[in-house]
Amino acid sequence: MKICVLVKEVPDAAVEKRMDPNTKRLDRSGEKNLNPFDTHAIEAAMQIRESGALDVDEIVAVTMGPASAFRALHKAVSLGADRSIHLTDEALAGSDVCATGYALARVLEAESPDLVLLGQQSDDGECYTIGAVVADHLKMPSLTQVIKIDVQDAGLRCERQAEYGYDTVDVELPAVISVGDAINEPRYPSLKAIMGAKKKPLDTRSTGDVGIDAGQVGADGSQVQCGSFKAPPQKSAGTIIEDEDTNETVEKIMAWLDERKLI
Amino acid sequence: MNLDLTDEQQAVRRLVREFAQQEVRPVAEELDRTKSFPYEIVRKLGELGLMGIPYPEDYGGGGADSLSYAIAIEELARVDSSVAITVAAHTSLGTWPIYAFGSDEQKAEWLPRLCSGEQLAAFGLTEPEAGSDAGNTRTRARSENGHWVINGAKQFITNAGTDISGCVTITARTGDDEISNILVPNGTPGYEVGEAYRKMGWNASDTRPLAFEDCRVPEANLVGRRGHGFRQFLQTLDGGRIGVSAMGVGLAQGALDEALEYARERSAFGQPISKFQAIQAKLADLSTEIEAARLLTYKAALEKDAGKSFSLSAAQAKLKTGRLAVRASEEAVQIHGGYGYIEEYPVCRFYRDAKILTIGEGTDEVQQMVIARALGA
Ligand SMILES: Cc1cc2nc3c(=O)[nH]c(=O)nc-3n(C[C@H](O)[C@H](O)[C@H](O)COP(=O)(O)OP(=O)(O)OC[C@H]3O[C@@H](n4cnc5c(N)ncnc54)[C@H](O)[C@@H]3O)c2cc1C
Ligand SMILES: Cc1cc2nc3c(=O)[nH]c(=O)nc-3n(C[C@H](O)[C@H](O)[C@H](O)COP(=O)(O)OP(=O)(O)OC[C@H]3O[C@@H](n4cnc5c(N)ncnc54)[C@H](O)[C@@H]3O)c2cc1C
Repeated sequence: MKICVLVKEVPDAAVEKRMDPNTKRLDRSGEKNLNPFDTHAIEAAMQIRESGALDVDEIVAVTMGPASAFRALHKAVSLGADRSIHLTDEALAGSDVCATGYALARVLEAESPDLVLLGQQSDDGECYTIGAVVADHLKMPSLTQVIKIDVQDAGLRCERQAEYGYDTVDVELPAVISVGDAINEPRYPSLKAIMGAKKKPLDTRSTGDVGIDAGQVGADGSQVQCGSFKAPPQKSAGTIIEDEDTNETVEKIMAWLDERKLI
Repeated sequence: MNLDLTDEQQAVRRLVREFAQQEVRPVAEELDRTKSFPYEIVRKLGELGLMGIPYPEDYGGGGADSLSYAIAIEELARVDSSVAITVAAHTSLGTWPIYAFGSDEQKAEWLPRLCSGEQLAAFGLTEPEAGSDAGNTRTRARSENGHWVINGAKQFITNAGTDISGCVTITARTGDDEISNILVPNGTPGYEVGEAYRKMGWNASDTRPLAFEDCRVPEANLVGRRGHGFRQFLQTLDGGRIGVSAMGVGLAQGALDEALEYARERSAFGQPISKFQAIQAKLADLSTEIEAARLLTYKAALEKDAGKSFSLSAAQAKLKTGRLAVRASEEAVQIHGGYGYIEEYPVCRFYRDAKILTIGEGTDEVQQMVIARALGA
């Protein structure tokens, strides 16, 4: 079987994020890294392969992004993917979630994967939605925020992290599954894998190569219109109560809550 | 000089940075306090291919360049110097003479287990009577029935006495006017590894005196050509200086990282101390000096990778970075105030770890000699 893993290049966690007032998009300059959640998706694919429960012939990393995004693919193959696909085209710049999901789905269609894995959220956009959009286009079942995958006869048994607890869901393949960071502890890429990353096949595709309708992608093909931006209100500093005498501390907390009519 | 790091060099930096943060940082204080050798960390580094970074893949090495190696050492020293020196002494002092001067048999026998980190290699040059004046080696090896019979002592040798130490390559007099290199496997009768020293810093690294008493090794354990031992060790030290320079850069950067974070959090006179000009000047000076030292170190590594002569740059980098590490850690302690004198704060350990960088692998005065000689003074 074939597993495709969606990966995204995002600004490094250490880079302070800001909106570019001119383009009304996130300023994506500065140091970049593979989206941390996607390393969990690759690790999940590797663990399925290594468990031997399914016969995984190939793990393919797929990204849509500007020229620089090949680095995210190098990291993905150094973490274990066998090859990678880079969808890149001027026409894609400014795509919103629906457009991105549509474009990625066209690439995936050409690959006919048995399983699509992705991170539950990106570190920059944080929409939590690409999985659902891709699944809709591919007409596959979609599971999100999955933190455990077990192989069973007819497909996979997954545990989802829900707001109220955990859902256990059985899903047949092919399927699209987005994973949370609790699913596994990603391995480090070895030096050998880093040095060998460029030797693994990387295919670059343009919109035309995979039959993407240019009218449905890019800034013009996107439905989302960005109005004005505001920074979220600063949180107030809060009150720190030193715990010297626990009885007194409890009294102070009670008084604080009482003052605000919270109890 | 091209200052853009390659994709691989950037990936190595990211890997080692993450490794140092996640695997080394949480245990560094305890390893230092309990003076425990970092076996678990060395095992993990070995699995990742980081115990033989600049050696060919055919021998189980990483196949990376000297700059990647320097970057890896820098990122380790940014978090902990004991771990960094363990890797650096193993890679550029212990393994190098075997790789650069050893026979095919020696390479085939030793490099795979050294590059994988399964065993550690040590480099035995310094003696009680021969430090800076390394040519004054007293250890003798006489040829007898196809063996070398070694008698003498070595001082301050890194990585020689751990549970996974595999061998030491030493300098020994094989004639009155002749110094050669000989490889001595751990466990050879007559080779005694002494008690670990009580050191000022580098507490989790292994440093010991060695004694040789009628220690016999096969003649085939000669490394390189007979009588070339001194020259070979000078060459090894040149490369080693890139590693220790990277340690100086890393330690200084780590000290600055800690100082900056602390300065932003600590308040005095109603504002974060990072807002005081006196503190800002320290931080700005340090960051500037660190960048200059880093570039000098990378220059030496780039020259080595390009097959050019790098002795001068390496000596300059060593002189610059050792002093900088001492100063940066001192300023970082100063910025921490009294807390900097307390072991819970990493800068306290950095301060103790820094001083050796102006002494080991050639003192500052020795670097000055090397540099002055290159200038034609
Ligand atoms: C008007 C507008 C313009 C925009 N312009 C741009 C732009 O020019 N450049 C830009 O980068 N973003 C742009 N965005 C943001 C873009 O919509 C989202 O980043 C993108 O659609 C994915 O959403 P997300 O990252 O929040 O996905 P999430 O749903 O949070 O991500 C979940 C997972 O989906 C996968 N994934 C997400 N994006 C990709 C991708 N590109 N390739 C492969 N896998 C992926 C990853 O596995 C990720 O972990 C724009 C958004 C708007 C509203
Ligand atoms: C923790 C640690 C680890 C070490 N690891 C190793 C190792 O793995 N392998 C190894 O072989 N060695 C190792 N060493 C030894 C180290 O390299 C030596 O200590 C160093 O080279 C200095 O030699 P010395 O101690 O004999 O000092 P000396 O040579 O006695 O120097 C004393 C002082 O005199 C100065 N001096 C000497 N000659 C001159 C001169 N001509 N002009 C001006 N000043 C001069 C020196 O600069 C110094 O200030 C290690 C040392 C330590 C402390």
